Amino acid sequence: MSLRPSRALWALGLMVLGLLAAPPLWAPGATAPDLTLRNLDASFAHPLGTDRLGRDRLARLLLGGQISVLTGLAGMALTVLLGTGVGLLAGMSRRLDPWLMRLTDLCLALPMLPMMLLVVMLFHGPLTAALGQTVGSFVLITTVIGLTSWMQCARLIRAEVLRLSGMEFTRAAQAMGVPPWQVAIRHILPNAMAPLVTSATLAMASAMIAESTLSFLGLGFPPGTPSLGSLLHEALPYLGTDPARALAPGALFALIVLIVTWAGESLRQSYDPRQ
Amino acid sequence: MAPRPLIRLARRGLSLGLSLLAIALAIFGLLSLAPGDPLAQMPLTLPPEVRAAMREAMGLDAPWPTRLGLWLWQALIVEPLVLCDTLFGTTWAEGAPRLISWHSRSPVMGLIADRLPQTLRLMGLSYALGLACALPLGLWQAHRYRSTADQATTALTMTAYALPPFVTGLLLIWVFSITLGWLPSGYDNSLRITDAASLGTELRQLILPVAVLTLQITAQLTRHLRASAIEVLGADHIRTARAKGLGPRALLMGHVLRHSMIPVVTIVALGLPQIVGGAIITEQIFAINGIGHLLISSIHAGDLPVVQTITLLVAVLVVLANLLADAAYRWLDPRLTR
Repeated sequence: MSLRPSRALWALGLMVLGLLAAPPLWAPGATAPDLTLRNLDASFAHPLGTDRLGRDRLARLLLGGQISVLTGLAGMALTVLLGTGVGLLAGMSRRLDPWLMRLTDLCLALPMLPMMLLVVMLFHGPLTAALGQTVGSFVLITTVIGLTSWMQCARLIRAEVLRLSGMEFTRAAQAMGVPPWQVAIRHILPNAMAPLVTSATLAMASAMIAESTLSFLGLGFPPGTPSLGSLLHEALPYLGTDPARALAPGALFALIVLIVTWAGESLRQSYDPRQ
Repeated sequence: MAPRPLIRLARRGLSLGLSLLAIALAIFGLLSLAPGDPLAQMPLTLPPEVRAAMREAMGLDAPWPTRLGLWLWQALIVEPLVLCDTLFGTTWAEGAPRLISWHSRSPVMGLIADRLPQTLRLMGLSYALGLACALPLGLWQAHRYRSTADQATTALTMTAYALPPFVTGLLLIWVFSITLGWLPSGYDNSLRITDAASLGTELRQLILPVAVLTLQITAQLTRHLRASAIEVLGADHIRTARAKGLGPRALLMGHVLRHSMIPVVTIVALGLPQIVGGAIITEQIFAINGIGHLLISSIHAGDLPVVQTITLLVAVLVVLANLLADAAYRWLDPRLTR
């Protein structure tokens, strides 16, 4: 566990940038079906071969990585936004605090996968009809992830708000007549950055896992815009005859999730004085 | 004044009932907010009057308080009474409207009762094995704190914790079924255990699914057990025990284990939702006909009553597990009851 947080964050940033930049750089039209190039073996032009519709497998893999990372980032943003909102509200308001914390505890005890599946089942059709297959799925998945994973972040921020609002500088700001919401935004949030970044990184890992789980169960992205989970879902029946097809997205996904988790854990350890 | 344990029990029961009600309300709210039409999958050639009759039979056009009342009554009162009837031979729920699956036209709870044993067996076996691996591993890691072995094991458990079950499952199938050919890659649900040979087949086909889930549980528990055992090892009474000349085995088993179990019990309860998710995915990979398999196939078939009942049931089971964990917590740490 000697991974230093700065190094881990560099690795994380490089990986995200690389995945976001790779598909446009790598042969832009390679994910379009081309029936003259069906089922080719690996070659220089197609390092992983092509699939039964003539799409380049490496390009699809990179596209899948990009979609997974994008969904992870969006899910993380929504999770952190919701969690910070609830945490700030609970920490600042004596009256709302018990109710919000009870809600948080109740949500923490709920099995989230069945809930997510229920929401996706109910809202998938209407949303994709209104926004199109890809955008509709993206909005739905991101929202579902945000709604089901804000609790950890909210608890963390609430604890941090309670700790910081007892400190000299916030009390000084209050005494000078700064309104409470401004104290929260100008004085408390910047000082809570370290735990916030840590929980954001861990939230990104769990958002990516949630997305690929939905896609793996066939309830995520449509086949035209494959995430790594949907690539795995497609490849699972061919594991016996064509293992590389399933193992490649599995390995890429494992690599991404491990880098994100290691970055989060090393951040957590460097901020947790007990470790 | 009533004795304190009674008051505590009453308060726990009340909060349990309130959480159940909140969960049932949340599921109902989701269903009524959803803009989709449950009859969308029916053929378009259906005459409008037949369609209207179907909507009425499914109770879709009733005002929402009626639908809410019916759902709460069916889910929280009629179905438990039916369970009581089948268990004890009473006739309390006779003639009461039960939750009916749209797809198979049979009571939802009957479908679930067929599937629940497989899921419970998978999760029970995995939890037993996971605890059996995590307890010695976590204690040993705390004992060898900061050694190379400890750091290597921490890296391993973190990896196992970070990887979702469908990646580990895929990898295990590829290695043990496809490359080595030692174990079956899927689960044969029609197998009946009649003799030693079929029992052996059953055990062989259970190995991989149980391994996937055990890996997840072990990783989750070991990390927390290690952290709490390290903390306990620094306590004063441990130093006293060491000064008395206690060996590491007696120290770990006699003094450290019970103390470091306290947070682990909480983690078992808090981590249960995640493991339930893992079980659903594992059932899907290995085609085990448990609750998770039923849930996914009902979602694809648009069978709302089954989906909402399974969601509620799983939530109820998790809340009950939390209650159990609370009791175990008090048994492990008697200071709390005083």
